[in-house]
Amino acid sequence: MTVTSLAPLLVAVPLASAAILLLLGRAADRWGHWLGVLASAAAFVVGALLLTDLLGRDAADRVVDVHLFDWITVGRFDLAAGLRIDPLSLTFVLLVTFVGTLIHLYSVAYMAHDAARRRFFAYLNLFIAAMLILVLADSYLLLFVGWEGVGLASYLLIGFWNHRTEYAVAAKKAFVANRVGDIGLLVAMGLLFSQLGSLDFESVTAGVESGAVSTGMLTAIGLMLLLAACGKSAQFPLQSWLGDAMAGPTPVSALIHAATMVTAGVYLIVRSAPVFEGAPTAQLIVTIVGAITLVLGAIIGCAKDDIKKGLAASTMSQIGYMVLAAGLGPIGYAFAIFHLVTHGFFKAGMFLGAGSVMHGMDDTTDMRHFGALRTSMTVTWATFGLGWLAILGVPPFSGFWSKDKIIEAAFVVPEGAAEWRAWVFGIVALVGAGITAFYMSRMFFMTFHGKARWTDSRAQASDERPLRHPHESPWLMTIPMIVLAVGSLGLGFVLQLGGGFTTWLEPVTGHVEHHEPVLSVPVIQIATLLAVAIGLVLAWRQYGALPVPTTAPQGSVLTRAARVDMYQDTVNDAVLVQPGQYLTRSLVYGDRSVVDGAFTGLGKLTVGIGQVLRRLQSGYARQYAATMLFGLVVLAIVVLAPRI
Amino acid sequence: MIFNAPDIAWAQLTPVLFPLGAAVIGVLVEAFAPRAARRPTQLALSLLALLGSIVSVGLLWPDVRDTGGTEVLGGSMLVDGPTLVLQAVIALLALLAVLIAADRTSTGEDAFAPQAASVPGSGYEESARRAGLQQTEVFPLMLFATGGMMIFPATGDLLTLFVALEVLSLPLYLLTGMARRRRLLSQEASMKYFLLGAFASALLLFGIVLLYGYSGSLRYSDIAAAVTTTTGMDGLLLVGALLVLIGLLFKVGAVPFHSWTPDVYQGAPTPITGFMAACTKVAAFGALLRVFYTVLPGMRWDLEPMMWTVAIATMVVGTVIALVQTDVKRVLAYSSIAHAGFVLTGVIALAQSGITAVLFYLLAYGAATVGAFGIVSLVRERATAEVPEAARASLGVAVAAGVLPAGSDTTTGADPVDDADAPVLGEATDLSQWAGLGRTHPVLATTFALFLLSFAGIPLTAGFTGKFAVFSAAVDGGAWPLALIGVLASAAAAFFYVRLIVLMFFTSPQGGPLSDADADATTRPRTVVVVSQGYAVAAIAVCAVLTVLLGVLPGPVLDAIAEVAVFLP
Repeated sequence: MTVTSLAPLLVAVPLASAAILLLLGRAADRWGHWLGVLASAAAFVVGALLLTDLLGRDAADRVVDVHLFDWITVGRFDLAAGLRIDPLSLTFVLLVTFVGTLIHLYSVAYMAHDAARRRFFAYLNLFIAAMLILVLADSYLLLFVGWEGVGLASYLLIGFWNHRTEYAVAAKKAFVANRVGDIGLLVAMGLLFSQLGSLDFESVTAGVESGAVSTGMLTAIGLMLLLAACGKSAQFPLQSWLGDAMAGPTPVSALIHAATMVTAGVYLIVRSAPVFEGAPTAQLIVTIVGAITLVLGAIIGCAKDDIKKGLAASTMSQIGYMVLAAGLGPIGYAFAIFHLVTHGFFKAGMFLGAGSVMHGMDDTTDMRHFGALRTSMTVTWATFGLGWLAILGVPPFSGFWSKDKIIEAAFVVPEGAAEWRAWVFGIVALVGAGITAFYMSRMFFMTFHGKARWTDSRAQASDERPLRHPHESPWLMTIPMIVLAVGSLGLGFVLQLGGGFTTWLEPVTGHVEHHEPVLSVPVIQIATLLAVAIGLVLAWRQYGALPVPTTAPQGSVLTRAARVDMYQDTVNDAVLVQPGQYLTRSLVYGDRSVVDGAFTGLGKLTVGIGQVLRRLQSGYARQYAATMLFGLVVLAIVVLAPRI
Repeated sequence: MIFNAPDIAWAQLTPVLFPLGAAVIGVLVEAFAPRAARRPTQLALSLLALLGSIVSVGLLWPDVRDTGGTEVLGGSMLVDGPTLVLQAVIALLALLAVLIAADRTSTGEDAFAPQAASVPGSGYEESARRAGLQQTEVFPLMLFATGGMMIFPATGDLLTLFVALEVLSLPLYLLTGMARRRRLLSQEASMKYFLLGAFASALLLFGIVLLYGYSGSLRYSDIAAAVTTTTGMDGLLLVGALLVLIGLLFKVGAVPFHSWTPDVYQGAPTPITGFMAACTKVAAFGALLRVFYTVLPGMRWDLEPMMWTVAIATMVVGTVIALVQTDVKRVLAYSSIAHAGFVLTGVIALAQSGITAVLFYLLAYGAATVGAFGIVSLVRERATAEVPEAARASLGVAVAAGVLPAGSDTTTGADPVDDADAPVLGEATDLSQWAGLGRTHPVLATTFALFLLSFAGIPLTAGFTGKFAVFSAAVDGGAWPLALIGVLASAAAAFFYVRLIVLMFFTSPQGGPLSDADADATTRPRTVVVVSQGYAVAAIAVCAVLTVLLGVLPGPVLDAIAEVAVFLP
């Protein structure tokens, strides 16, 4: 037995745990959460075993396919369900299970007072299983199973407190926005199937590389895949759901809406590299979408006063970086994944920090009522601070190693493309880093520094300064935060040592020769650090040194637009929802009057005939016999007529 | 005249010998065993015999698959692939039907009259009921019928065909008249069935005579040979073939020879209805398949217009009349007529795939039928303590037959809604009584819905696979208009199946007079579900599992049937 044959356990264990937790019901209330933690941890152990196995092999042998069962066999179409274990999928497995396990642990304490904690863990396990199916699938179809599975888990968890109508609406919004993306994936699969007759990665890669698919078709497939990625990863123009998704419990935001699920779009693009390689136009659009989202997210992040929504905007923006990198082609893939991993750590850490703050502040999320929490929540402050430094890209923290590489790659002129692209995307990425520094510092200072905009004495409490008793969270919550903070601190440095991570990914992303950017690397690095420094200083001046008003000032036009997510809901409503509702109403009317009318008429006619025919069923045996005789005569005529 | 005793291959006959032998022993048990021991003995005997049949089919299977089958009894019976499939299906369905018939439920009474010979409503009947008498002859009768059914599709000549027909029919006539409740209805049904059955038998016999006159032989292979060689006597041949086919079409309940079906299905004890509807139809279609595929293919062009007419009429009439029925047993009866039409499309196909398709369809249909009637037998009505005269009149025969024990008239005073001691009557067959069953008995209603969905041919149920198979066979055989009408009829038929589901799950018991505008729901006897002793539930569960399994994973069964679906010439 080889280690790789353990791979199915990765999915099976969390799935079984979820099933047990859901089926046993209340009987599992007392110990259910520990089963959930255990299942996630077990998956991590299996992932670690697989890692050692893969590291012990030559780079060329690091792609292992594990056959599970023959799934669909219809005519010429023969699809087996199988898992593909390669450096890319294993990276995700380790990220999902490691961060996932920490967040499970955190949730044990965070959800301690929730009556439905067992159900929460069941959903979390379900999510882990679905996410692992998504990344381990060896075909688009199985990937789609996982893709829908994480969508379901996300829906269930966003609406976990669905007794609040707005939370339920948020869950629905996320689901619908994701459906739009899912249609992209379905259409992409349909196109691939029509062109190649298969959906597994191996045949798709072979088919595309053999030139069996025209460039135009590849562009169409690529755009559809991009649509899918936009839905799942909250990229422009399907980004509107992510902010609302913060309605879910904070561990969910950390795990699903920061570290793992929302990055599935990046995974999809990197996994579909052969398709995008054959479609430069699609690639360019990917880059543009990434660039737009990274700026858009950053701007929105500057105006949000809700700590979780600010982090959500930041997630959107950071994934924009990853998508941008993925759009750059082979030189960007590895860095996209690299940033994805480091981001998974520091963003999850900051979300857990935000959760810890909320825990200590009576579930408030409004940063205008925070301030000066450094002293009362030291561990949270320190871990959040490390995450903050990491996302800023301050050397030597994690984010520096990954984000800087993306900015450098953005400055490279792609082969056979105009030089302006390097300048545009490079400068956008660089400016984005500056804005990131501004809004993350704003968040950090508003929460932990400055003057307290709350009070712990009953006498002074007012609407302006609500009564709060901030306190550090229990160790079950702080330990995961500390572990993730260690990741924020050193993971980037460790992984980049000797180009280790990019080499590790090479069996999937391919080997790339070094390309020279349009500016020299030190210049880019210094410019980036300068932008970060400017952002930091501006934030300190406004939110660290000066007092922060407890009610938001009116702000400029841009600020007001950013507060309402750049009017994306308004646009969606006007462009999609209203016409959609109108169309639905007309269709319903048409269905009632025309389609139903025809059918009711037909039905009435049939029933009328039935009423007549049933008279024949009089109950008299003599009449029945006569019917038979009549039938006999008629049939005899039918048979004999041609002969006469 | 020298009589040569044929060489009998006993081993090939074991599937048939088991039920017939057990039936003979059963008769002896009735004669000699003490009363208390009869029921368990008969039940065990029947179940063992039918299991034995199934096992012996399994033992014969490999040999038949490899050799294509053999003639036995000097060619009177043909043991080939279709024979074995049909015998296995009949034995299995009969086994399930026996289980349902054996169930005495929580009321302690089975579906059969305590003394079938007693006059309905007489004091003798009442005292027999009180003495707890049981008509355990039911079991040997069912076994005799099963034996006949298993011979019916295996015959090699027309005389054996006729004998088998009578062996299977006569016990059924008797069984039909043995209902415990609504006995007049039951006896009337029995009488009608007998009269019309005799009529059909006469037609069949006359047809046999004409075919004998034409070919000089009763053997299928000889007649088939004669069809291609003899000239000049086409009249004899055509009319003979027509009459034989009509005899068989009567048994499958095809229009216009269907009139008996609704009355008999309604009147017969419900377990027997299930048994008839499933097993008789399997056997009769088996025989029809054999005759059509081995005897008459040479006359295909002459007979096709007639068969088309019958198939179309059957599908359309069965579906259309089912739409206006208000009695659940009659709905199922008309649905069985419509199904006969669907199967006929597969028979007419005269394509190799047609045999497999029909055999599979019969299994799928039989499983759902036995299960559905099993459930009907559990859903009963309970007399309200204060039954107004009008409602009592609507109970009609049941009351007249003295089912309500003396003194039940005086159990007044209690609030009718709380009166759980009121006697449980016969089946609640009026559709309005099924309203809201999904809420009060979700498992039962869901299972019934499953069978209905299978009847309707909804994917993932056995019915879908069966319909798909016969319709594609029809298209293969060039009969696409039949397939088209079949599909349209299925779509229309789905209406009344779904209506029943809607009634069970989405209508409150008081909600809207769906069928009888004149019957007030509050004075109507209330619906109760009696608790099975376990036999019926086991049988229904097996049917449900079969229905799902054949719908989800039909492959192995279809392949197994296709492997052997070749008739001996």
